[in-house]
Amino acid sequence: MSNFLPASVQSVLPSLIQLVYLVATGIFIFGIKRLGSPSTARSGNQLAALGMLVGIIVTLFDQQIVTFETIITGVIVGSAIGAVSAKKVQMTAMPEMVAIFNGFGGGASALVAWGEFARQAPTAMSNQVLVTIGLSILIGSITFTGSFIAFGKLRGFISGNPVTFPGQNIFNALLTLVTFGLVGWLAYDPTNQVIFWVLFGIALLLGVLTVMPIGGADMPVVISLLNSYSGLAAAMAGFVINNNLLIISGALVGAAGLILTNIMCKAMNRTLGNVLFGAFGGADSSGGGPAADTDKTVHETTPDDAALQCAYANRVIIVPGYGLAVAQAQHVLKEVADKLEKRGVEVKYGIHPVAGRMPGHMNVLLAEADVPYDQLYDMEEINPEFKSTDVVLVIGANDVVNPAAKTTPGSPIYGMPIMNVDEAKRTIIFKRSLSPGFAGIDNELFYAETNQMFFGDAKDSLQALSHALNELD
Amino acid sequence: MSGLIFNLFIFVLASFVGFELISKVPPTLHTPLMSGANAISGITIIGALVVAGEAGGLLGQLIGFFAIVFATINVVGGFMVTDRMLEMFKKKEKNDE
Repeated sequence: MSNFLPASVQSVLPSLIQLVYLVATGIFIFGIKRLGSPSTARSGNQLAALGMLVGIIVTLFDQQIVTFETIITGVIVGSAIGAVSAKKVQMTAMPEMVAIFNGFGGGASALVAWGEFARQAPTAMSNQVLVTIGLSILIGSITFTGSFIAFGKLRGFISGNPVTFPGQNIFNALLTLVTFGLVGWLAYDPTNQVIFWVLFGIALLLGVLTVMPIGGADMPVVISLLNSYSGLAAAMAGFVINNNLLIISGALVGAAGLILTNIMCKAMNRTLGNVLFGAFGGADSSGGGPAADTDKTVHETTPDDAALQCAYANRVIIVPGYGLAVAQAQHVLKEVADKLEKRGVEVKYGIHPVAGRMPGHMNVLLAEADVPYDQLYDMEEINPEFKSTDVVLVIGANDVVNPAAKTTPGSPIYGMPIMNVDEAKRTIIFKRSLSPGFAGIDNELFYAETNQMFFGDAKDSLQALSHALNELD
Repeated sequence: MSGLIFNLFIFVLASFVGFELISKVPPTLHTPLMSGANAISGITIIGALVVAGEAGGLLGQLIGFFAIVFATINVVGGFMVTDRMLEMFKKKEKNDE
């Protein structure tokens, strides 16, 4: 497109493009900053999209770009797929969506590096360029296949249980070392195409092998980490084509992903190493499973009884878990909360950081059901309030309210920060059965004197509760 | 060597900016933040444009085509789905009726 411009402009075009990239970088930083507060977040995202558009348009004036057929077709196909999936996806499926978008981003970065490698004569590339090409291929490919495995696990195409084989961690570690060796070898001997292909193949395989052993419950960490990788991959592609906009944006995303990964690990009281190599959360956990203790009694409640207790409470706190989303019960829950508020009951929502399948997922699901975000409280904010709360409704959550995390040093979840619902005057747990959660640990809260169980599907139970509330009048 | 080192400086400094910007985001916004950041990582589309727009051979064009498609899915889908989520985040209306 550069030949449409007058010659005087063409001569300074490269500098102009760089200056516009600088503007786009600024827009990205402002956009991300605005993403940090609920009231400005939407405009922040739109600002970032604008920055992207500016970057794309100015790149089209690059003198290296001479044909547009491929670009136009590719953009049309990609936009159609992206737009349709963004419109159609259910909010419960958001983790899968983010995972697969991540994968495409990483894949694109690997392809850019491959394109650069294929375009230039091997001897024309400096060692530095070759190293960055190798690293870009490596990170991009791991992100690509890793994200697809994460997608498959979240969707249920692939078993959510850790898939392991003996010596897996050592094998993966060796494979990673081999890839670094190959990157070095490629820089030393770029004419050898075999090295390039072996590197590409191992990198793709490594993505599969590193995500397969990670259990479904750890997916929030994996998605955050892959998000970070996709940023790194973009930054690496920036090193390859020597483009600062890519390097800076990629670094920003890499940092974001890393922070979220860290937050998720803390919320589960695990180290990143333990998540990646620990193969935690298997169905075959030796934690003893549901202990069939006959000497423990469970108090069961009825819809009418539960309605009565909630209706005459001063404060009700709702603690939702992923089970709520699985049952698609967030809208009925909002209905129940509205009825309670009409009666003058103070209703708050307490959200554990790992409620849902990705960071902040539960907040999105409740927002979808029109729950205002100023009623949603983080764990640290809500925990001191349980003491003065009359009724806590625990819906589809288990491990995040298990007091064993505070009281039983031998428990696998010991030390994990939990919601202190056991301090409330009354807890009502909505659950299908007494079965333990993913960690396979019995929850003594079920048998507590202050607790009542409301058995059944979350949606049906909440509907029954909603009806019972109507009949109170 | 100076080019690579210069780029490394930019990368490291940008990472610090990223840590500063993002560490303050409340948990409510973590999902939109992640999907928004994810869309930004689609910036690699700029590299894809260069690869696809060069007068390369068939292989170059094919690689470029898929790079563009992948990156565009990431960018368009990412920004749209983030916007859809953020549209739902509302403050409680003053209903003191």
